[in-house]
Amino acid sequence: MSEAREKLGTMLYLNGVSVSFDGFRALNNLSIIVHPAEMLAIIGPNGAGKTTMMDIITGKTRPDDGDVYFDGRTDLTKLDEAKIANLGIGRKFQKPTVFESQTVWDNLVLALKKPRGVFASLSYHASGADTARIEEILATVRMTARKHDLAADLSHGQKQWLEIGMLLAQDPKLLLVDEPVAGMTDSETVETAKLLKEIAKTRSIVVVEHDMSFVRDLGSRVTCLAEGSVLAEGTLEQVSANPMVIERYLGR
Amino acid sequence: MITQMLFRALDRKTAWVALLILIAAAAVPLANLYLPASNPLHVPDYAVPLFGKYLTYAMLALALDLVWGYCGILSLGHGAFFALGGYAMGMYLMREIGPRGVYANPILPDFMVFLNYKALPWYWNGFDNFWFAALMVVLVPAALAFAFGWFAFRSRVTGVYLSIITQALTYALLLAFFRNDMGFGGNNGLTDFKDILGANIQAGTTRAALFAASGIALALALLVCSMIVNSKLGKVMVAVRDAESRTRFLGYRVENVKLFAFVVSAVIAGIAGALYVPQVGIINPSEFEPANSIEIVIWTAVGGRGTLIGPIIGGILVNFGKSIFTGWLPDYWLFALGGLFVFVTLFLPKGIVGTVTGLWVSTRRRPVVAAAEVLQPEPEAAE
Ligand SMILES: Nc1ncnc2c1ncn2[C@@H]1O[C@H](COP(=O)(O)OP(=O)(O)O)[C@@H](O)[C@H]1O
Ligand SMILES: [Mg+2]
Repeated sequence: MSEAREKLGTMLYLNGVSVSFDGFRALNNLSIIVHPAEMLAIIGPNGAGKTTMMDIITGKTRPDDGDVYFDGRTDLTKLDEAKIANLGIGRKFQKPTVFESQTVWDNLVLALKKPRGVFASLSYHASGADTARIEEILATVRMTARKHDLAADLSHGQKQWLEIGMLLAQDPKLLLVDEPVAGMTDSETVETAKLLKEIAKTRSIVVVEHDMSFVRDLGSRVTCLAEGSVLAEGTLEQVSANPMVIERYLGR
Repeated sequence: MITQMLFRALDRKTAWVALLILIAAAAVPLANLYLPASNPLHVPDYAVPLFGKYLTYAMLALALDLVWGYCGILSLGHGAFFALGGYAMGMYLMREIGPRGVYANPILPDFMVFLNYKALPWYWNGFDNFWFAALMVVLVPAALAFAFGWFAFRSRVTGVYLSIITQALTYALLLAFFRNDMGFGGNNGLTDFKDILGANIQAGTTRAALFAASGIALALALLVCSMIVNSKLGKVMVAVRDAESRTRFLGYRVENVKLFAFVVSAVIAGIAGALYVPQVGIINPSEFEPANSIEIVIWTAVGGRGTLIGPIIGGILVNFGKSIFTGWLPDYWLFALGGLFVFVTLFLPKGIVGTVTGLWVSTRRRPVVAAAEVLQPEPEAAE
């Protein structure tokens, strides 16, 4: 099968991606495919390269080698962060990163899918539809009561939810979600899994997480990374029964 | 759309301050011209250009705050834009002198005759026309800010490195303008102005008009800045200030946001410089001194960065203090200024206005921009 055919119809296509930092190989010939409206959970030990993979997809880091394609045809290694974001790739960071000195509402206004240019932003006026959309997102992430509070005043878990809300506001085709449930209570974790599953009905999602019960709740395909490449793939049962995964990740 | 933006810009506080400035712009000249000297409200002649100068400094601090307080760009070279606006105005004022100079040359300013210039350098053409000069007051700072910002922001120079190159920029201009063969009067700069738009520049009515013009310009600059910071672009600027790389991942072109703020700011600074020169009667290369640009930062920090009112108050208060202090202990002003900066950094990190509003709304928190951490920007958290 030719490479072009392989890419066709994929939402995210990584093939043979490698990157080194000062001689340390963070990603080593990594290949991953995500299809439209598919969720992929990525597990793996600390330092496996999960966050680095997201850095490469979003243009923060350039790979030394390999192909990174979005939507079957756009070469992401040639684009910068803003261009990639505007293609429809949204990211939630491992350390929740919201705009602390601004309100929850304004964080969502900033994220809302609207023209990003300087003059478009200068003359932007929220339409009724925009306001309704933000209210809807606030309800989805259960932050309606806190919409006028500064993001800095939120708890860690709430910042995670706000950032998921910002992802929704961006209306991306592909969501990259890095450790979304760190700092959340058990019930919040369950809710997050439900929310992500709901989103995955229409969009592609890559979720990185350590919390096994959360990954089980997602019920998606699972990939285990170790030392920068794929160790095992399949259902959670298949992956967690894999002797190499047990030895290098679960068994620790 | 514009009216909508204007309406949004006019939050209560801004409207009051703009109104107050406009009242002062009318009241001070009137109290100078029409009240008898015996009246306690009479403003003496010397005070009109002095206060007018403070207004231009306030405008300069406001310009700096737009980039520093809202967009996180600590420019240590903003004096350069002020000085360039000042030189453009100075060139017009020089050419207005005409044949009344010491050497009575109808075209060449005195310093050119003295330096054996045979003809007017090409870049002095057009400056006999006030409106051309006014255009240059805007265009020259804008062009420099655009060229500088284009390269600096695109190559993602930030933080201390950016501050240092802005400082280098103003220093380079200082050295250039010192040279006689630059054609800007070298060390002595441009001075001995006679009139402006046909009116005697020393006349009481001219000084009154210049004061009023400075007040109006300051109020307009406040409105423009308010319009920007209250728009969604203002939120994007604050986002850039607080978490630059996060803003990129939302799809905003951070370099363009910074470039816009920087150019608007340079234009405001240039206009302030153009109003400053006729009121102080001279423009020379010392306006490019790096120390001047650092003073602007101190005015802004004292008044309260990240609030539009703060830099206006800081610009006026610190310079008023400077006038009094230097009349009293001229050799110690820099120590006083340094001490003031240390005091504000340690005890009033949000400046006067930030601290007062902080106390005012501490019960019901509002999204006033957090202007703390003057010297320690939040580490970028986007991993
Ligand atoms: N920008 C960088 N510079 C140097 N080393 C890095 C950089 N980014 C990641 N690394 C290294 O790459 C390895 C993989 O890191 P990361 O992708 O964060 O792992 P994970 O998210 O799977 O825990 C780690 O050893 C980390 O220290
Ligand atoms: Mg990680």
